[in-house]
Amino acid sequence: MRITQGTFSYLPELSDEEILAQIGYCLDNGWPLSVEFTDDPHPRNTYWEMWGLPMFDLKDPAGVMLEVTACREAYPDHYIKVNAYDASLGRQTTALSFIVQRPAHEPGFRLDRQEVGDRQIRYSTHAYAAGQPTGDRYGRG
Amino acid sequence: MADRWSAGVIPYAEMGYWQPDYVPTDTDGLGAFRITPQDGVPPEEAGAAVAGESSTATWTVVWTDRLTNHEHYQAKCYKVDAVPNAPGQWIAWIAYELDLFEEGSIANLTSSIIGNVFGFKALKALRLEDMRIPVAYLTTFDGPPHGIVMEREYLGKYGRPLLGATTKPKLGLSARNYGRVVYEALRGGLDFTKDDENINSQPFMRWRDRYLFCMEAVNRAQAATGEVKGHYLNVTAGTMEDMYSRAEFAKQIGSVIVMIDLTVGYTAIQSMSKWARRNGVILHLHRAGHGTYTRQKSHGVSFRVIAKWMRMAGVDHIHAGTVVGKLEGDPNTTAGFYDTLRKGYVHADPVKGLYFDQDWGSMPGVMPVASGGIHAGQMGQLLDYLGEDVVLQFGGGTIGHPMGISAGAEANRVATEAMIKARNEGKDFLKESQDILRAAAKHSRALDVALSTWGDITFDYESTDVPDVVATPTAT
Repeated sequence: MRITQGTFSYLPELSDEEILAQIGYCLDNGWPLSVEFTDDPHPRNTYWEMWGLPMFDLKDPAGVMLEVTACREAYPDHYIKVNAYDASLGRQTTALSFIVQRPAHEPGFRLDRQEVGDRQIRYSTHAYAAGQPTGDRYGRG
Repeated sequence: MADRWSAGVIPYAEMGYWQPDYVPTDTDGLGAFRITPQDGVPPEEAGAAVAGESSTATWTVVWTDRLTNHEHYQAKCYKVDAVPNAPGQWIAWIAYELDLFEEGSIANLTSSIIGNVFGFKALKALRLEDMRIPVAYLTTFDGPPHGIVMEREYLGKYGRPLLGATTKPKLGLSARNYGRVVYEALRGGLDFTKDDENINSQPFMRWRDRYLFCMEAVNRAQAATGEVKGHYLNVTAGTMEDMYSRAEFAKQIGSVIVMIDLTVGYTAIQSMSKWARRNGVILHLHRAGHGTYTRQKSHGVSFRVIAKWMRMAGVDHIHAGTVVGKLEGDPNTTAGFYDTLRKGYVHADPVKGLYFDQDWGSMPGVMPVASGGIHAGQMGQLLDYLGEDVVLQFGGGTIGHPMGISAGAEANRVATEAMIKARNEGKDFLKESQDILRAAAKHSRALDVALSTWGDITFDYESTDVPDVVATPTAT
């Protein structure tokens, strides 16, 4: 399966050039970028690991791209996303967030059902990969 | 003053309801009414009558006014302007003292402002065009239970319009078949599916059965995509008690969102708003019935006022027009509705039909929903007119896809993401929209088929509800 979180998951994987264009758009809007990675892609895993702090003062798209590349080298089989943050009053939230790397094989999720009374079912979603300890989930780590 | 208190009938204007020198204060509520007086009634008198009948007055002089500080409670018509190109119509500007309205009650506000006055014989027609709600009154309302920012953080979805579809056919599907539509649409790429306004709990599908099958579909689609998904479970019912019990059940089985219809009434909406905030469930409002009083320019209440009241009453979603779809929606007027719902401060703009500056304080925005006759081929126009903070709902444009519901959903999602990507890359996405969609369709047969099925479908009729100041063509 293919996890479709993020703004561009229904398009072909973005090239580095296309990623740079999106980063440029965010910087033009005054949104600082950050890079995050995880090997726990549960839909409600809000807090992916931070690849350093948000780059509040970095205005050069190529500089952001260097961090993306460094994160990819350190975690070649993790999910990696680029986030843009809009700190303006009334927003103060993520403005754009898209996946820039995913594991070669995505086993997806198991849906567990617990039958309770009155025909109700309690559902829970488990990433197959999360059965392994973090770091051992998708190939090389 | 002796005349003012003589028994009998005297003009409203002479009773203090016409005050051309009055300067509204920051805490006054302001109303802009379109008035069409009966022949022979001067506009100042008609405006004063509206002020009177929407505040303290009755048809004759009453001595008991003298037991009150009556000037404080009188609404004041302070200006009348002839409407351009509309003989016999004027805009009457009326100020209301803050003290006239109960805190936190849309019912009380509207019982004054649109209570008796709309049946008043001295007017042929009357329309409430806009209101300025003072911040002092605004802060007595809860506003949206979550708002746009919280909804996005809850769903983990950023940087693009959210996508939805209303299950079709509206009536007749069994609960099991209904859930199939929900599953296919969500798995294919939509974020939300939706009950229609008239799906409540009929003999062919009772609410509890529908909820259970829909949640199976939602959870299956979440596991299949790794994304948070939702189905607007309509909790509209004949009594408040029934609505609460349906909403409680929806929450218990894990729904992130419930919906209500505008037909339930303002007080029920406010009650459900408080329930939604208390329980962490997003609240969707379907504006069922509004067209009966919002559409005609001469009489009724403009939807921009309804939008304002609903942001105060506190909903997270409200249908607000598509511009390009099958339902009424002049582009500029619709832009005014969207501004009213989303912005923190809205400036008066006659081109958009906005009569007043409106400061929303820190009240969160409501996510507008565009639904009714839209399809993937219009994505460039939709993004241009409606922006990013909107739910685009493709009902027929998902379920009617020749390759199936899931393919219809995928087509809409691919089109959305391709258009956002192109916009962010600095492309003139409106002008190049067809090229952008065709390029994206090379990687998505679902989009390719959608474009060849609906590519040139438009709904190009003249709008009835347009601003007065400029002639505006409908979208093509």
